Amino acid sequence: MILDMAINLQTVLFFLFSVIALGAAIMMVLHRNPVYSAIFLIVTLFALAGFYVLLNAPFVASVHVIVYAGAIMVLFLFVIMLLNLKQDPSRKRGKVARRAFASLLVVVLMAEMGVLIGGSLLTGNGVAATLPAIGLANGAADSTGFAGDTAAIGKQLFTTYILPFEIASVLLLIGIVGAVILAKRKLTS
Amino acid sequence: MPLVYYLLLSALLFGIGVAGVLLRRNAIVIFMSVELMLNAVNLTFVAFASHFKNLEGQIFVFFVMVVAAAEVAVGLALIVAIFRVKQTVFVDEINLMKW
Amino acid sequence: MGHFGYTEIADSNSRPQGAGTTLKVSINFEISMQKYLWLIPFFPLLGFIINGLLGRKFSEKMVGVIGAGAVLASFIAAILAFTELLGLAPESRVLTQTLYQWLATGNLGIDIAFRLDALSMTMVLVVTGVGFLIHVYSIGYMHGERGFFRFFAFLNLFMFAMLLLVMGSNFLVMFVGWEGVGLCSYLLIGFYYDRIFDETTGLTCSGAGTKAFIVNRIGDFGFLLGIFLIFATFGSLDFETVFAKAGASLATHEVSTAIFTAITLLLFIGATGKSAQLPLYVWLPDAMAGPTPVSALIHAATMVTAGVYMVARCSIIYVQAPIAMEVVAIVGLATAVFAATMAITATDIKKILAYSTVSQLGYMFLACGVGAFTVGIFHLMTHAFFKALLFLGAGSVMHALSGETQITKMGGLKKLTPTTFWTFLVAGLAIAGIPGLSGFFSKDEILWKTFLHSPALYVIALIAAGVTAFYMFRMIFSVFYGAPRMDAAVMHHLHESPKVMTVPLMILAVLSIIGGYVGIPHLNQFEHWLEPAFTRFVPAGASLPAAAHGSFGLELGLMALSVIVALVGIYIARQIYLIKVGAADRIATNFSGLYNLLKRKWYVDEIYDALFVRPLMWLSENFFWKIFDVKIIDGAVNGVAKFFGGLASVLRRWQTGIVQNYAVTVVLGVIVILGYLLMR
Repeated sequence: MILDMAINLQTVLFFLFSVIALGAAIMMVLHRNPVYSAIFLIVTLFALAGFYVLLNAPFVASVHVIVYAGAIMVLFLFVIMLLNLKQDPSRKRGKVARRAFASLLVVVLMAEMGVLIGGSLLTGNGVAATLPAIGLANGAADSTGFAGDTAAIGKQLFTTYILPFEIASVLLLIGIVGAVILAKRKLTS
Repeated sequence: MPLVYYLLLSALLFGIGVAGVLLRRNAIVIFMSVELMLNAVNLTFVAFASHFKNLEGQIFVFFVMVVAAAEVAVGLALIVAIFRVKQTVFVDEINLMKW
Repeated sequence: MGHFGYTEIADSNSRPQGAGTTLKVSINFEISMQKYLWLIPFFPLLGFIINGLLGRKFSEKMVGVIGAGAVLASFIAAILAFTELLGLAPESRVLTQTLYQWLATGNLGIDIAFRLDALSMTMVLVVTGVGFLIHVYSIGYMHGERGFFRFFAFLNLFMFAMLLLVMGSNFLVMFVGWEGVGLCSYLLIGFYYDRIFDETTGLTCSGAGTKAFIVNRIGDFGFLLGIFLIFATFGSLDFETVFAKAGASLATHEVSTAIFTAITLLLFIGATGKSAQLPLYVWLPDAMAGPTPVSALIHAATMVTAGVYMVARCSIIYVQAPIAMEVVAIVGLATAVFAATMAITATDIKKILAYSTVSQLGYMFLACGVGAFTVGIFHLMTHAFFKALLFLGAGSVMHALSGETQITKMGGLKKLTPTTFWTFLVAGLAIAGIPGLSGFFSKDEILWKTFLHSPALYVIALIAAGVTAFYMFRMIFSVFYGAPRMDAAVMHHLHESPKVMTVPLMILAVLSIIGGYVGIPHLNQFEHWLEPAFTRFVPAGASLPAAAHGSFGLELGLMALSVIVALVGIYIARQIYLIKVGAADRIATNFSGLYNLLKRKWYVDEIYDALFVRPLMWLSENFFWKIFDVKIIDGAVNGVAKFFGGLASVLRRWQTGIVQNYAVTVVLGVIVILGYLLMR
């Protein structure tokens, strides 16, 4: 099935990005040093941004990079540095059962999700050709006139979704205030 | 690329995020895994938006990011506050709420 | 509002006995009492509520006025209803009022409804009339008592319950009243709740109340079973419906005699409890622990007659169960004799009267048992007059003698408390059956009907009548005649009772004299009034089992015989207790075995105690309490609690406090849900 697909820039980029994303994600989970984990997460996020571009969502991709990689991860790194975290110590003894069980759960979960999503893949021959293709410049099935550019999203955001937009801003305000209060050092008299 | 591939990839990323939540001890790394899960879901949304040629998916991603940002701010402030008291960020040492 | 009208009827030929015109005066009221029947029990209820809630703050006079006034209002309402009933034709002399539907489940529909026919009207008049006089008397008698208002509140509550009993138009309302009077009896007997009543057994007044309540309960169980059986047989508890069906069975015989017998015997068990017949009479003598007005009202005139009322009310059922009628007659007669024997040797003035009440109730049941229900009710009415008078007179004596109750310590009160003496004497003559007074007519009717039914029973009843005259006058001679035997302190405080106590005595004395004339044989207005209430359920064409008839000459002869027997009894009492001083003690020593047996009340209380009370107490304590209650019931309840406690102490280990464990649980839940969705 994989070999059925046309080898074009789309496909290559897709697989490249997916390898990067998956690899960096796995490394993030496994590495001992929290700073390294953060860096790996940033790499994953960049890969995801690439996906977004592939999927006709340039605005989302830019916002993703700016907000997530640029602000959120920086915040993470600040906090890691602030707390002066060293390497995680090696595992304690006696917790193997939980970790084994948790790993099993994760595998089961992924299998279930795989079955949910990919069930159709197993049902017939030549399915790949019938699967809808999405993404940039993808031939006959491509959409003309569908673009996730800034103007289009802006139009939607400020007309149909104006209320959630405003609420989101209030939510951010709450987040700011909450973060300040929570992290404030108590004044001792 | 077929939609299903994006969905499968997203599922895999989600699963890796869950693994991180369940298996790591460091609270910050757990938090980062949660962010990974959120991003996997974002990928799903954008993929569907592209599939159905509908911008709603991307707009929803926008809001997910807003929420994620606020959540990170508050969550990290919490971790800092707990660190001040317990001098640790390892979740299995923060178990005052046990029976 | 109302207008008077009278019609004159020239009626010289319609009555066989005499010629003459009959003047009928009818009083027509525009307002029919039918809608206001509920007022009759309501006034005492109101009195109870007011006195019960607020009486503590009122003065004695106010409490008395409210209490007695409530009963007076009831009496007036009853008189109004009575006049209205008189205006109706005999066959339709029923006033009913339904207040509301109480129960409606399946086939059972019970209304709170009242029914005034001739029978309940008679009862209501007796209850409210005598009740009013006793309320007035109590104002004087209970003067200065702690709990004055409580007394009147309970007394009013009793009136309410008794009126419910007699006015109820179905068995369930009657039963509510039945239980209510039992409750009030308990409350009032135990009025002096912290006093010891019987020094020898240590019975407290509240203990006496408990005894009354429990023994009544045993009877009530039988009553309740009877009610269940009635419902099962007739499908209703309403009097009109049940009795109509029972009457119909006279002709069609669709209900078997066995069922009738079962119903009537069960009902009679209830009557024996409430009306103190063998074997459930033991509570009545100890009920004298209560204040004297209570004894007069509840244990002489009204509550104890509820059993007789109930049997009379169900007469249509009883006449179809001849075996049960025999049982009723024999039990009544046996009780009459048995109680009379115990009265011979009793020395407490109230206990003598209590035994006398039991004995006279036996006569009433004898009358019902031989089929003369109207005569039984007639005796109920006259007995209410003279027995209430006797009790109130005894109360007056006790009041004069600062609470003395032993007749061996009394004497010579004839000159010292004349009003009490004369009224008491009237009552004594009435109960002994001396001609001219009310008791003569009613008791003689009973004896006559008993003779027609069975001469053997008549002889025993006659002997009991003689014994009645004997012990009554034994009491009168000991208390009022002879030399005073009181000690100096009592003599010093001796005084006649105040007007508020003596006026009711006088009124009751008048009633004891004239009350019997409504029932003179062959001019028997009372029977004409009351009979239709019993015969209206007999369907046309059928007839009640024919009562025997005897000649008038025979009747006169038996009347004379009973008078002679009564006079003989009085004479013997006079000889022993008045003329020959010390004769009583000599007889007691000579016949000491018999004397002790009677003095110890045939040891019935001791037998009951050993047979029933002790084993039950032992069972309750050792089995029901220690094993069943503590181990099983408490064990089950505690066990449930312990189980959950144990479960919780195991389950709470889930709360480890480690967040990742919770996250694992969440993921597990997600997997389960996803799996479920996949399966579908």
